[in-house]
Amino acid sequence: MSVHASIGVKLGAFELQAELSVEAGEVLAILGPNGAGKSTLLRALAGLLAIDRGRIAIDDVVLDDPADDVFVPSERRPIGVVFQNYLLFAHLTAIENVAFGLRARGTPKVEARNRARAWLQRVGLDDHASHKPRTLSGGQAQRVALARALATDPRLLLLDEPLAALDVGTRSEVRRDLRRYLESFDGMRVLVTHDPVDAYALADRIAILDAGRIVQIGTINEVTAHPRSRYVADLIGTNLVVGTVKDGVLTTDGGTRVVIADALPGRSFAVIRPQAITLSGMTPADSSARNVWSGTVGNLDRLGDRIRVGIDGPLSLTAEITAAALSSMGLRPGDVVHATVKATDIEAYPA
Amino acid sequence: MTPAAPQRQRRNRVGKERLPAPALFIAVLAITFFALPFLGLLWRTPWSDAWDVLTEDSVRTALWLSIKSSLGATVFAVFFGVPLAWLLARVDFPGRSVVRALCTLSMVLPPVVGGVALFFSFGRRGLFGQYLDRWFDFRLPFTTWGVVVAQTFVAMPFLVLTVEAALRQLDRRYEDAARTLGGSRWYVFRRVTLPTVRPALIAGAVLAWARALGEFGATITFAGNFPGTTQTMPLATYLALESNPQEALVLSLLLIAVSFAVLVGLRDRWLGGVDGPAAG
Repeated sequence: MSVHASIGVKLGAFELQAELSVEAGEVLAILGPNGAGKSTLLRALAGLLAIDRGRIAIDDVVLDDPADDVFVPSERRPIGVVFQNYLLFAHLTAIENVAFGLRARGTPKVEARNRARAWLQRVGLDDHASHKPRTLSGGQAQRVALARALATDPRLLLLDEPLAALDVGTRSEVRRDLRRYLESFDGMRVLVTHDPVDAYALADRIAILDAGRIVQIGTINEVTAHPRSRYVADLIGTNLVVGTVKDGVLTTDGGTRVVIADALPGRSFAVIRPQAITLSGMTPADSSARNVWSGTVGNLDRLGDRIRVGIDGPLSLTAEITAAALSSMGLRPGDVVHATVKATDIEAYPA
Repeated sequence: MTPAAPQRQRRNRVGKERLPAPALFIAVLAITFFALPFLGLLWRTPWSDAWDVLTEDSVRTALWLSIKSSLGATVFAVFFGVPLAWLLARVDFPGRSVVRALCTLSMVLPPVVGGVALFFSFGRRGLFGQYLDRWFDFRLPFTTWGVVVAQTFVAMPFLVLTVEAALRQLDRRYEDAARTLGGSRWYVFRRVTLPTVRPALIAGAVLAWARALGEFGATITFAGNFPGTTQTMPLATYLALESNPQEALVLSLLLIAVSFAVLVGLRDRWLGGVDGPAAG
């Protein structure tokens, strides 16, 4: 039991090309910035958009294969979708919303109502059965949307930004509840989000989607330990350099040299942790550190008692120093500064 | 006075829309322009005879015919107009703007011209009417069905345009949601699309009904003026103006009262304050 999808979609100038698979019982989060193609990917899986190339299959049943001229429309796919903003039908009550899918598939009225009520009970909203959606809170609306999507027993549950519509105050509570409900569903789940916190909290594996491509896929630890895109590096707050390694030196495409202790030759990524960077006002005359880059101070962002210092130079870096160090050095945006990193503090891995 | 009070007063004043004085003056003139004819009518109404006129058989017949035919025309306008509006709003086909213009032409045409056109197409010797007559022994002109056809012809565009606009504004993601839940296109149309555009559908139906009720030119041209079969209230009113102006006044007032009551009542009950799904 699994979903296998290879999705190629062309929408004007935008092109999506993504391969992914989800096993039974697994939650896959698709994480990426706005405009990366997350919603397009979800619509293709849901059957609201026909793919141009590739193949989508659930449990070995082909749902979309343009080469074979197969396309199963949305209403006949074994899926459930929780949409962004939930899209509850405003003219129907909560229980009628949940029963909608059953009624649409021809379940008799009384049975559909009973099953819908059982679902509302599972999400703790049976006392809201006759409420109209506009009287529900954001978290309640999300639970009704979840019950509505699950009531038809889908094999694959798709969630599009399930927490984006909530305000910050209730989000963590709703996230915790959502995690519980997702765990009680044994099908496959694909979650689309731009918020890494949602992805970490809800998913087993993460796929990073950037500009229409999946640039990285794996468990949360795998993805964050070895970022393979600027987007992921920014998410976890570290510096990522890409270049070609030869004789222990990584040369970026811009020609900057980065000395690395143990590096295999070839195309590589290198991670420089902001805490590993030492800043000094003058050129360090005599240092064991093998890497010294000059630059000017850019943004200064305070994080508790630590300051993240942006440095614009041959490498665009972020260093993290203490507030005390900042005040003793008297750094201001625009000042020239030298960043020093020991070769042993840089981790490199093949690109 | 507490410091909070003057602040609240000021905020209220900012919140209220204030029209520049010249525009306000012109707007009041416009209201007067609409109100004066009715005042004139009320002023000349022979209140003592009103009840006698209203209970006359001929008036009751005309009123009943008007109600019957205008409701019939509204049913036809909804039955044919909703699919037409859906086609115009959703299906991109070549010549769509030409089709839309054709289907709303009768709105801007002088109704008499519409009546003439109907006569030469559905009349006994008309392009299609001759076959209706020959094959089915069915004649439209000078029958109540002819009245209904004439009224539908001029009234349906009001419904089509209203519903089309609503279908265009509808958030189609709700229909997507319904489809992922297993709804066929027809099920989604009935259970999601139609309820969502219901306020516009009601508004369009009311406009179409009001237009059908007031229809004069196309009716008298195509269906004639026969008491009991084709003489609707507007026709009876026009005729009475020549023979018995007092009666014409009472009939006019009755038409105004019915239309006004429906417009006011429906707007408050169904058109104002109805939330679409977007509000959920």
